[in-house]
Amino acid sequence: MTVPLTWYLILSGILFSIGAVGVLINRNALVIFMCIELMLNGVNLAFVTFARQQNSMDGQIFVFFVMTVAAAEAVVGLAIIIALFRNKATVNVDDINLMKW
Amino acid sequence: MVESLLFIIMSLITISCAIGVVIQKNPIYSAVFLIQTMVSIAVLYVLLHAEFVAAVQVMVYAGAIMVIFVFVIMLLNLNKESLESDRDKLPLQKPAAITLGLILVVMIGIIMARSIYQGAEGEYPPEVMDKIGNTQLVGKMLFTKYVLPFEITSILLFAAIIGAIVLAKKQIIKEEEL
Repeated sequence: MTVPLTWYLILSGILFSIGAVGVLINRNALVIFMCIELMLNGVNLAFVTFARQQNSMDGQIFVFFVMTVAAAEAVVGLAIIIALFRNKATVNVDDINLMKW
Repeated sequence: MVESLLFIIMSLITISCAIGVVIQKNPIYSAVFLIQTMVSIAVLYVLLHAEFVAAVQVMVYAGAIMVIFVFVIMLLNLNKESLESDRDKLPLQKPAAITLGLILVVMIGIIMARSIYQGAEGEYPPEVMDKIGNTQLVGKMLFTKYVLPFEITSILLFAAIIGAIVLAKKQIIKEEEL
């Protein structure tokens, strides 16, 4: 008996939702970034599942591009967090709402 | 049978570690939970006949990206007060966020359970893929059909490197001027 591919898709949906809830709940900019990585992982799982379902390789190739974008985003985002921490000595997003209004 | 059992165990580990990432107060614990989440997703990739993606997931995500995260957490060296401050400014934030998350899960679940996936059937069923080799197929596709996006990716990485250097360097010049 093999696992229905719908289960993988539902798991990827759950992962994406947990990441979205984490972005909404947390105040620490670093943890918010980790939750974004969690959401990207959920999307990657959906890509690989669709590739398996359609007997195609294209979904797996897209995962590599998503990973590259995730790496670039992590590097630039963490550089911004370090620059913010040097200026304001905090990573709490409540204290960094200068551009909010 | 073994596949179903492995899927159930790994999906339970994935979900519980993902919840751990969200609810942990200390960022370093969140990072460790996130590494475990990524490793168990790599096992799911192996179950889906995507062996090369699984290897890259462990090497790039759990290896490289998470090392940057842990490095930054250690570099910032946050104290307890900065982690706890202003945690309860919005009393309705957590219940509202969890409700919205549950709604999102239900919506995605309904869409996933009901849709019929139709599209051009690809030419690589698992038997063919096992015969040629997953890594070889990925390499072939990456340098033939997707060669232009692949080259654009290199520009993206180059821009990210320059951006990180600029963001880090500006600060040092400013401090020297002061």
